[in-house]
Amino acid sequence: MSEFLNNLLFLPESASTFAERVDFLHHFVVGTTMVMSTAVGLAALFMFFRYRRRVPAQTTEYVVPTLATEFIFVSVPLVFFLAWFGIGFRDFTWVTTPPKDAMDVYVMGKQWMWKFSYPEGPNGVNVLHVPANRPVRLLITSRDVLHSFYVPSFRIKMDALPGRYTQIWFEATKPGTYQVLCTEYCGLSHSKMLAEVVVLPEEEYDNWIKDQRRGRLQDRQDALADTSLVPPVARMVEQGQVLAGTQGCLKCHSVDGSQHIGPTFLGMYDRMEKLDDGQSIRVDEAYITQSMMDPGAHLVSGYQNVMPTYQGKLQGPETAAIVEYIKSLRTPNVREGASEGPAYDPIQ
Amino acid sequence: MTPSSSIDTAGAAPHDEHHDHHPSYLVDGTTIKSWILTVDHKRIGLMFLFFVLLFFLVGGIFALLIRLELLTPGPTIMDAMTYNRTFTLHGLVMIFLFMIPAIPAVFGNFMLPLMLGAKDVAFPRLNLASLYIYLTGAVFMLWGMLNGGLDTGWTFYTPYSTHTTTTVAPVMFGAFIIGFSSIATGINFIVTCHTMRAPGITWFKMPLFVWAIYATSCIQVLATPVIGLLTVLVAVENLFSFGMFDPARGGDPVLFQHLFWFYSHPAVYIMVLPAFGVMSEIVSTYSRKNIFGYRAVAYSSLGIAFVGFFAWGHHMFVSGQSTFDAGVFGVLTMLVGVFTAIKVFNWVGTVYKGAVDFKTPFAYFCGFLFFTVFGGMTGIALGTVSLDVAWHDTYFVVAHFHFIMVGATIMAFLAALHYWFPKMFGRTYHEGWGLVSAALIILGFNATFIPQFLLGNNGMPRRYYDYPERFQALNVASTAGATLLAFGFIIIAMYLTYSLVYGKVAGKNPWRSKGYEWLSESPPPTHNFVGPQPTFPEEPHFYVDPKKAEVPDAV
Ligand code: HEM
Ligand SMILES: [Cu+2]
Repeated sequence: MSEFLNNLLFLPESASTFAERVDFLHHFVVGTTMVMSTAVGLAALFMFFRYRRRVPAQTTEYVVPTLATEFIFVSVPLVFFLAWFGIGFRDFTWVTTPPKDAMDVYVMGKQWMWKFSYPEGPNGVNVLHVPANRPVRLLITSRDVLHSFYVPSFRIKMDALPGRYTQIWFEATKPGTYQVLCTEYCGLSHSKMLAEVVVLPEEEYDNWIKDQRRGRLQDRQDALADTSLVPPVARMVEQGQVLAGTQGCLKCHSVDGSQHIGPTFLGMYDRMEKLDDGQSIRVDEAYITQSMMDPGAHLVSGYQNVMPTYQGKLQGPETAAIVEYIKSLRTPNVREGASEGPAYDPIQ
Repeated sequence: MTPSSSIDTAGAAPHDEHHDHHPSYLVDGTTIKSWILTVDHKRIGLMFLFFVLLFFLVGGIFALLIRLELLTPGPTIMDAMTYNRTFTLHGLVMIFLFMIPAIPAVFGNFMLPLMLGAKDVAFPRLNLASLYIYLTGAVFMLWGMLNGGLDTGWTFYTPYSTHTTTTVAPVMFGAFIIGFSSIATGINFIVTCHTMRAPGITWFKMPLFVWAIYATSCIQVLATPVIGLLTVLVAVENLFSFGMFDPARGGDPVLFQHLFWFYSHPAVYIMVLPAFGVMSEIVSTYSRKNIFGYRAVAYSSLGIAFVGFFAWGHHMFVSGQSTFDAGVFGVLTMLVGVFTAIKVFNWVGTVYKGAVDFKTPFAYFCGFLFFTVFGGMTGIALGTVSLDVAWHDTYFVVAHFHFIMVGATIMAFLAALHYWFPKMFGRTYHEGWGLVSAALIILGFNATFIPQFLLGNNGMPRRYYDYPERFQALNVASTAGATLLAFGFIIIAMYLTYSLVYGKVAGKNPWRSKGYEWLSESPPPTHNFVGPQPTFPEEPHFYVDPKKAEVPDAV
């Protein structure tokens, strides 16, 4: 029945838990609308015929509605409208309140593409992978003008605003590929701003994400260039800390102020370092990055040139994460306030 | 009742002159100057009619270009940039230059004083000024759009409109200027209703068209300043990068939407309330019946005008607005629907025990009833928040607002044109052609926009130059409907122009209507009524046989 109605109404496949709710209400609303307007239409038609004019100067009776009639005119529609609203608002509240265990994906609209990034995971352009039957929260923003993230098969849509995050969530019910469209006019290629959601069965998704973590498919856009795509500072710091461990930085650098094979990270950022050649240099992002990529370029006096280069071993975002980690060690009581980057607070 | 003579002044044959010292407004002065400097509300109304129709033609041609482009996916007859400018031009011209002034500035101007037994509007010179302000704004707007073009859509959403390289400033300046015309007209009508009613016309004896224009004027005066302010802010931001709406400078991109819809939502009622007013007159005249619930219809106009101010947030359900706000705006939206429902039921009730004469304007009334019910119901559906999440900014919305705004307004505009044609020009149109073209237009309209509802369901976003293959069939259907619609308009243009010159002389009151405006000559003399001011002892819309009449409740 509902399958039939969906075809009649040209609705696309319904592939999320929200879509089922929307479709139910849709059928209810369309059904009553049809019944009501047919009733009004038939009543009118009947009267046009029944009360057609017979003589040109015909006069008519003075008929006015009783209070009861007017009351019915007001209350019947009101009851229906409020019923629809009640159901619709319940569902709306539901879709704008992500469950606690939802998995997060950042979505960024940009003229004219969609970029997706997973915290501590891969980035992607125009393809979003999600697991079936697991709630996914989308944190949506824009880099330039307004866009709107729309997946017809999921019946969800949320505007992407520059300088702000909006959120919506969904739970896909069927593996498959679904179209993403932009529904807020955003300039020349608005209608080309297409992407797709690939819904994978749970296990496949887990494998996919493992693959991504290994960095095999990391031939992605350089996330560094996209400051708005960089995960929030707090997360980057954690990521940097993990990387500093796995990449072996901490074998030579301490984080508690003690000297080791290399200078300690603690308080390093923004410090003036004396170099071997007698000059001094301020430790900023550029210097830290250069030290990772070309350690011999400016040797701090008192240390040996033993550090290996990380050129080619670290991805852009990883380099950034390590820099952020080192920055966070500026003072013993870690960061003061968030620097740039999107705030990751639940948006209400 | 009216002490006027019944001499037919339509032709104003020279040998009549010594009898008739009150030539019709059409021939009272024939120099160009006597037209362009006139302060006669009827001539001003007629000049508005001319320009409004001109802009309707311009907007219509662009509509057909849009439909042609969308016949197939990918480029069909133009490139993407041209398309984006075309739909912007179409929207701006249709909304600001056609729909908003259409009924109030043309028929409001012409009929309101007649219906109130007044010689003119309260401020005749301001009335003329509002025509020229409107034309000045139109020139700015069109100049901007043709020199450089604008591709923001008629909604001008920031930050796109503050960043685009196309000509935003002159177009917005044009909109700003047109706002003044709208405000001036509104003030004029409000004051006219308050001060110029003839003896005997109490508030609750005003014809329902007057009530509708009155409610519309209130909206115009209260809401238009907001869009005026907003256009200035955007133009300034576009020219000098002020940062009001730019998050990079601490501005708020959503602030624009609030301000915009605070005007533009009430503005949709500026377009549709006068249409409701026209239809109240027409259903009463052609079924020869008093309006079923006169007061309910009058009050619901005010009700719509009032709650119309508090429903703007339903355009922003998915803009990151809080869930609570969405709930409030959703409920308020439902109230607009209830007020509209009251009107619909009372119109149908008016036909009950009436004596229906199925003339062209009545045919438009039938179309109107359908578009209003359907457009209104889809509006309610959109106000049902969770459904709007799916439909917002898709073709469903395009279909919805064309049904209610364009459908209802065009039906009323055409109905009014036919209904008052004899009053305005003293001649009647050809009834057969009238009915044929009405059928064609109603059919064409449905054929154009019903597929668009389905396109919206199917997920096609609005303002798309190109679209995925699966949307094509419905787009072809819609374009076919638009072609049918265009034919309807061409037929109307032809026979009405013909009737202007060769139509049968109409006489004072060809519809035997009890509307007050028919008490005057057709076409009326310059000061509307000949002799002493008429009085109006009966209710408007009163068709009861005087012998059988039990006098209606005192009002
Ligand atoms: C009676 C005359 C009406 C007019 C002229 C009108 C006009 C419009 C217009 C122009 C839009 C499109 C906004 C856009 O550019 O996206 C719109 C959207 C909407 N209308 Fe109406 N409308 C009318 C009646 C109603 C009614 C009776 C309701 C509900 C009670 C309603 C509810 C809505 C809603 C909820 C939207 C937002 C849809 C969206 O943007 O997704 N409208 N209307
Ligand atoms: Cu976009």
